[in-house]
Amino acid sequence: MAAKARTRPESTVESTGGEPADTLRDYYEQMSLVRAFELRSSEMYARAKIGGYCHLNLGEEATVVGLMAAIEARDYLFTGYRDHGYALLRGLSPERVMAELFGKVTGVSGGRGGSMHLFDAETRLFGGYGIVGGQIPPATGAALALKNQEVAGPDAAAVMCLLGDGTTNIGAFHESLNLAGLWKLPIVYVIVNNGLGMGTTVEKASAEPDLYKRGASYRMPGVRVDGDDVLAVRDAARDALQQARESRQPVLLEVMCYRLRGHSVVDPARYRSSEDTTIAQQSDPVPSFRAKLISAGVLSETDAAAIDEAADVRVSEAVVFADESPEPDVDDLFKYVYATAVANMPTALAGEPVMDAL
Amino acid sequence: MNTEVATTRTITYRQALNETLRAELERDDKVFLIGEEIGIFEGSYKITVGLLEDFGPDRVIDAPIAEEGFVGAALGAAMLGMRPVVEIMTINFSLIAIDQIVNHAAKMRSMFAGQVSIPLVIRMPGGGGQQLAATHSQNLEVWYAHIPGLKVVAPSTPADAKALLTAAIRDDDPVIFLENLSLYSAKGEVPNDEQVAEIGKAAVVKTGTDLTIVSYSRGTTTALEVARQLEAEGLSIEVVDLRSLRPLDRDTICASVKKTGHAVVFEDDWLSYGIGAEISATIGEGVFDFLDAPVRRVAAAEVPLPYAKSLEKAALPSAADLARVVREVLNISSTPNDK
Ligand SMILES: Cc1ncc(C[n+]2csc(CCOP(=O)(O)OP(=O)(O)O)c2C)c(N)n1
Ligand SMILES: [Mg+2]
Repeated sequence: MAAKARTRPESTVESTGGEPADTLRDYYEQMSLVRAFELRSSEMYARAKIGGYCHLNLGEEATVVGLMAAIEARDYLFTGYRDHGYALLRGLSPERVMAELFGKVTGVSGGRGGSMHLFDAETRLFGGYGIVGGQIPPATGAALALKNQEVAGPDAAAVMCLLGDGTTNIGAFHESLNLAGLWKLPIVYVIVNNGLGMGTTVEKASAEPDLYKRGASYRMPGVRVDGDDVLAVRDAARDALQQARESRQPVLLEVMCYRLRGHSVVDPARYRSSEDTTIAQQSDPVPSFRAKLISAGVLSETDAAAIDEAADVRVSEAVVFADESPEPDVDDLFKYVYATAVANMPTALAGEPVMDAL
Repeated sequence: MNTEVATTRTITYRQALNETLRAELERDDKVFLIGEEIGIFEGSYKITVGLLEDFGPDRVIDAPIAEEGFVGAALGAAMLGMRPVVEIMTINFSLIAIDQIVNHAAKMRSMFAGQVSIPLVIRMPGGGGQQLAATHSQNLEVWYAHIPGLKVVAPSTPADAKALLTAAIRDDDPVIFLENLSLYSAKGEVPNDEQVAEIGKAAVVKTGTDLTIVSYSRGTTTALEVARQLEAEGLSIEVVDLRSLRPLDRDTICASVKKTGHAVVFEDDWLSYGIGAEISATIGEGVFDFLDAPVRRVAAAEVPLPYAKSLEKAALPSAADLARVVREVLNISSTPNDK
């Protein structure tokens, strides 16, 4: 039984246009990098260089680039497990992200988190989280801290909390939005609506499938934007962040996009109708943005090919780095369990006696 | 029993679960399944393959990602006499539903003086070793095994998966049915006819005279492997498969240790306050005088399980760890391949 194909609902906001050529080129470079990184991740998974669960941003590149173009370095980012692209565009090197996927000590989370749990304190990427909805309450708490630490204004920091469409059905989403609405927190909740939570469509999972409307219950503006339109995404996210930092008005932003492949790299997505897959492929933001820039004269075919080539080379370097990096030292197994040293901390390995005869 | 025709088949644990769910859906129209991605997607681990197609969306319900909501809803349906079988994708996600399980499902019958009973089954796999990292690799069985009002079973073979699941569905109390990611593809002989296990009973799955290994779920598979390996070296190891973590069959454990005089618990959870702690205490209380050596536990290192293969491997209990500890308890010098 395959899911019905989705028709794209109307956005509630439009993109502005009149963008400098350099910016457009930049965005294409970023989209191309995310695409190359994800394709290679899938390949590395097939070669067992990457283990566990691995969720890709394939098909969501315009959304990823648009959101990361809007967020400022001082802002905090929380996300779910589909986090590679965000980490890359937050400024982390492909080397360190790939190394994390490879479970190497040089990875962003020291090889301890893997694909679902990318974290980098320096760039304020405050995690990748594998439990659905797990990121939403802590992101809300980060906004609470910011509210206490800073004065509202254009220079204030805000929190961006990413979540999937399926994630809007978990209690933590509703509890958190209520808190943010009630306490007027500087946070933007972004629903990356790729139409599916694993194999379940939005319509089958949400009684109100216009997810942006769910903000209304918490007196929070709800905005929906076309996730294949990188500029529209960026502008909508900027606007939302501005409300958060200047007016302490939390916003719910819904970004409509498609997931090109299965839920994770091991999912063949047989439940998906060929019609739906065709639509997803047709609206693939990477080739369409590429074609748009070429027809607008921003890029020549050669330029675009060179960008794709450079992205591929960049990712190849990351793979080499990840491959050559060492695994975490087994002696460090207990290294990060507690921040404050504590008496009698259990450090026995499996089968080691916990008591010597007294 | 009729021995003329083939009375058993070799099938996987996954298939045993699937067939049992099918049989119970056919037998009793009060039985229904509910969980995330169990219908169209056919289950995260493909346990419910074909069931939506054959029983329809009223009996195989795809739930949104709302563990607290749909577990509680199943509980409510059970209060009115339905027999829901919930699938929680993994035990890790059950923490979102734990209030409904512990504060509600487990309490109602007692708290309301027996006026209501809760024929609810919650199936869920646990287990590490697949590089799923800290939040997706936990063995939290003891959390549920601790709770009066719940019954907790953890079958280690396809045959037990069938017999215990059948029993769980027909039981009038909330039963936590623990599966393990690494057991789904394990094969075993399963009787063709109806099998209803008695919940609360352990089984001696291998007899021996020198030492008892007590384990459950995936651990029993490893225990048997180690027992056979040591047998080749002349050691006679008995393996007790708990099958039921709550209630615990203390008699079977103690009877075995009384005979062997040595015990090792092999468990996938963390050591402190784990299943092995309860087993050890039981042995200490029941057959202290028969022990020739302290009871030892082989459990996971007490750390949020890291993703990296090297660290994950170091943290989880292995067959080699078990073999080494068995030798230590029996005071036999270890062989190099234990390391
Ligand atoms: C609490 C919890 N329940 C279930 C899961 C299993 N799971 C992982 S991802 C997912 C689907 C989420 O869909 P969505 O929010 O739309 O995000 P997407 O994967 O499409 O990015 C599910 C059910 C989980 N990780 N955590
Ligand atoms: Mg989704």
